[in-house]
Amino acid sequence: MGDSPDLLPGTLYMMILRSLNPGPLHGYAIAKRIREWSKGDLQIEDGSLYPALNRMLLKGWLKAEWGVTDNNRRARFYRLTAAGRKRLEAESSAFNKMIRAIQLVMRTS
Amino acid sequence: MSWRNLFLRNKVDREWREEMEAHIDLAADAFLAQGMTPEQARAAALKQAGNLIARREEIYQMNGIGWLDSLWSDLRYALRGLRHQPTFTATALLTLALGIGANTAIFGVIDSILVRPLPYPHAEALAGVWHTAPGFQAFGENLSCTPSMYFTYREQNRTFQQFGIWSSNGASVTGTAEPELPRALVVTYGVLDALGVQPLWGRWFSRDDDTPGTPQTVILTYGYWQRRFGGDRSIVGRILTINAQPTTVIGVMPQAFRFGRDPELILPQRFERSQVSLGNFSYHGVARLRPGVTLAQANADQARMLPIWLNAWPPPPGFDRAIFKNAGVAPKIQPLKQEVVGDIGATLWVVMGTLLLVLLMACANVANLMLVRGESRQQELAIRAALGAGWGRIAREMLIESMALGVIGGALGLGIAYAALRILVAKGPATLPRLDEIRIDPLVLAFALGVSLLSGALFGIIPILKYAGPSVATALRGVGRTFSQGRERHRARNILVVVQMALALVLLISSGLMIRTFQQLRTVKPGFKHPEEIQILHSFSPAAIVNQPERVMRSHQEILDKLAALPGVTSVALADSAPLESFISPNNPIYAEDKPYDKGQVPPVRRFRMIAPGFFQTMGTRVVLGRDFTWTDLYARRHVAMVSENLAREIWGDPRAALGKRIRVGNTDAWREIVGVAEDVYDDGVQVKAPPIAYWPALMDGWLFGNDDQGFVTGNGMFAIRSSRAGTQALLAEARQAIWSVNGKQPVFLVTTLKELYDQSMARTSFTLVMLAIAGGMALVLGIVGIYGVIAYAISQRTREIGIRMALGAQPSGLLGMYLRQGLRLAGVGAVIGLAAAAGLTRLMSSLLFGVTALDPVTYAAVSALLILAALLASYLPARRAMAIDPVEALRAE
Repeated sequence: MGDSPDLLPGTLYMMILRSLNPGPLHGYAIAKRIREWSKGDLQIEDGSLYPALNRMLLKGWLKAEWGVTDNNRRARFYRLTAAGRKRLEAESSAFNKMIRAIQLVMRTS
Repeated sequence: MSWRNLFLRNKVDREWREEMEAHIDLAADAFLAQGMTPEQARAAALKQAGNLIARREEIYQMNGIGWLDSLWSDLRYALRGLRHQPTFTATALLTLALGIGANTAIFGVIDSILVRPLPYPHAEALAGVWHTAPGFQAFGENLSCTPSMYFTYREQNRTFQQFGIWSSNGASVTGTAEPELPRALVVTYGVLDALGVQPLWGRWFSRDDDTPGTPQTVILTYGYWQRRFGGDRSIVGRILTINAQPTTVIGVMPQAFRFGRDPELILPQRFERSQVSLGNFSYHGVARLRPGVTLAQANADQARMLPIWLNAWPPPPGFDRAIFKNAGVAPKIQPLKQEVVGDIGATLWVVMGTLLLVLLMACANVANLMLVRGESRQQELAIRAALGAGWGRIAREMLIESMALGVIGGALGLGIAYAALRILVAKGPATLPRLDEIRIDPLVLAFALGVSLLSGALFGIIPILKYAGPSVATALRGVGRTFSQGRERHRARNILVVVQMALALVLLISSGLMIRTFQQLRTVKPGFKHPEEIQILHSFSPAAIVNQPERVMRSHQEILDKLAALPGVTSVALADSAPLESFISPNNPIYAEDKPYDKGQVPPVRRFRMIAPGFFQTMGTRVVLGRDFTWTDLYARRHVAMVSENLAREIWGDPRAALGKRIRVGNTDAWREIVGVAEDVYDDGVQVKAPPIAYWPALMDGWLFGNDDQGFVTGNGMFAIRSSRAGTQALLAEARQAIWSVNGKQPVFLVTTLKELYDQSMARTSFTLVMLAIAGGMALVLGIVGIYGVIAYAISQRTREIGIRMALGAQPSGLLGMYLRQGLRLAGVGAVIGLAAAAGLTRLMSSLLFGVTALDPVTYAAVSALLILAALLASYLPARRAMAIDPVEALRAE
């Protein structure tokens, strides 16, 4: 995947899924949203989204459709499928569990 | 990975590119809104996006199937490499094509003859109905059926769906311009039904057709229908004159119908139930087993019926029922395929085995070439390894290259196999059954592909082990061109050459053994001389006179006189069959007057031949003791007989004791005095022990099988003409005219020369000989090329060393000796291994040998000597070149 090393494995998927939860977005908007959430802490090149998007399309978590943006540019919009929604729920609970576990470890050491 | 995306990949890729461009535009829009100039905005957008090309590539890979992609690119790389070395490629391909082609061809033969089912619906349910009978040894391993068995089996069996008996015969067709005797298949009701092949036009025989007294009917086969009637569909219902009787055509068989000896006509067999006896084992039984019935059950059923048969029918006139009881007739129902195919399997597997060895040698040769190539590529490989190519990757590339070679070679080989099979079918050695069914079917194609891939892997793995192993990177150090190569660098190639030599020796020994077999067969005195000078033809007596034995004999003699008067004819003879025509010779019991048999004890059953005076003289068979028959013996119906030397020895222990003794056939016919003893004749072919033969006059009275007081005469005359013109159309035309001038237009048939019969009897040996000789020849060439290659290569790699040695004063003869010794050592080690292997392997072909053992020392010594000599020559040629090296040149060249 060539993910940036400071990203936990699988978190990119989760963040994409999360960003699409409110409604369909195009790739640039997803990147923008993730950047805003992380307040610039996560070093992600916009381009690295696309391999992840491709894989998620293959896995059937997402659907893509061409459409037009607010300022009249053609773009592909992604939306969650039922499988994607289920995946998001599973991932976020697993992630929360893991984060709690890590925090516990870090605190006791 | 997804197959759908694999095929739509380029379209998908285009979409991603559009999307990424859209992304950049959107990002640039955002930067523009922050107040950048368009150029700055675009640059910032691109920077933020990162390496989009790499991302696209990543997606592209993700949508593909990795190994397939790289396989394709490796394949293209391999083909390019092969194209760039045309000499190497052509040599390798030619070697492989020959090896794979030969194997594919012989596998095609094996597949067609042994593997594929017979061409009938549900052929697996078809069985040949035979018997064994220790008491009737003259009939061999397979005792056929009698007419009485037909009735018993048909009516009493519990395991046959259909059953019938058949025989091969000739049937004269007259009333046409040229009388002829087409090959006829004579079948009872049930035979065609059992085979299950529907007629193309018309109908099968019904029960009525084989009832005596009903109108005569005939079915034509496709070939005869086409040849004689031009495929005229109105033929059904027409009336032909067959065997002098009006006969209605009731059907035509389809083109694909095959049975018996390639018949042209099919006639119904008619038995008069009241005239049938226990005797006359002249018919083949064929049955279609009921569904689910095994051969064992069918045999048990046959065993149950045999006692019923023994008691239900009378013995033939002049014989005791006890003879049949004591003969020990036992069931032997076997798959019909076994009957059709016979024992050709042994020959074919031996040929296939030898050709596989040839292929192995071819692979060794190609592996050797690959090693040479690998040697020159070593630096390239080492550099690539140094640059990070894993050895697995390099190995895969080399393997793909050799597999590609294998498959291309196999494709060429398939072409060779196709051509070879066409030639084989056209030449049609009589020894191969089902010859016209031979073709290349999917199984053969699969075989060719499998063998190609396997060969590719086989010769591919050797250079891989040597050059692409985990140590590939270390090779960089050793490739300085200024060093002579270390011993271990040659080891792989030397081992290959030794293997080749060993294989070549095995193959040459097996073909040598066949040559010796052929020689031994040639030295057998067959009991006749100069068979190429003997013209043989058969003709019937006209139906009008067949019941007057004396008239028939007079007309035979008249024909003989006319034949003898033809130009260039030295002598003529008449009999009921010629030597080696055992398929028309009868076998019957013989009683000797002075050797009383208990009532019911089975006397020996021996071959009979009915002859007129001059038969032995014409054939060149010596009359060892006593005298030949005279015309007076015949016309005066004297009770005389002759026997072969081995028959005399068998009964009386000494040929001289036979003269004056009396023999007969049954217990009511006349005793006949033995007036002469003739040399043994190899009547079943020279491979088979000469059968004991009793000779009887062609005209007799008091004969068991004659119908009445008129006596007995040989109606089917075999005319033999000894002439230097034998085999020519001119002589044949004159002979035919001579026969017709006496007998009217009777068909003349079974036209051949004794030489042809003799050659046919050795057809299987000749076939095996030719096949093994081809294999042996290929092996010799491959072996020589192998040794030549190794020596020549070693010398080319050591040019500099040789130059130094010669500059320091080494004698050319010393260098020559060094290389000769090297070649000799390889050949010698190979020969020793080969001798051991041959001693084990040639045992498998002992059933094909005659007069030599599988360990024949002459063959082994001669072949080893031949191979060593060839190896010496193959090393001498390149070594002589080495002597001509100019030291200064050699040193400067580097």
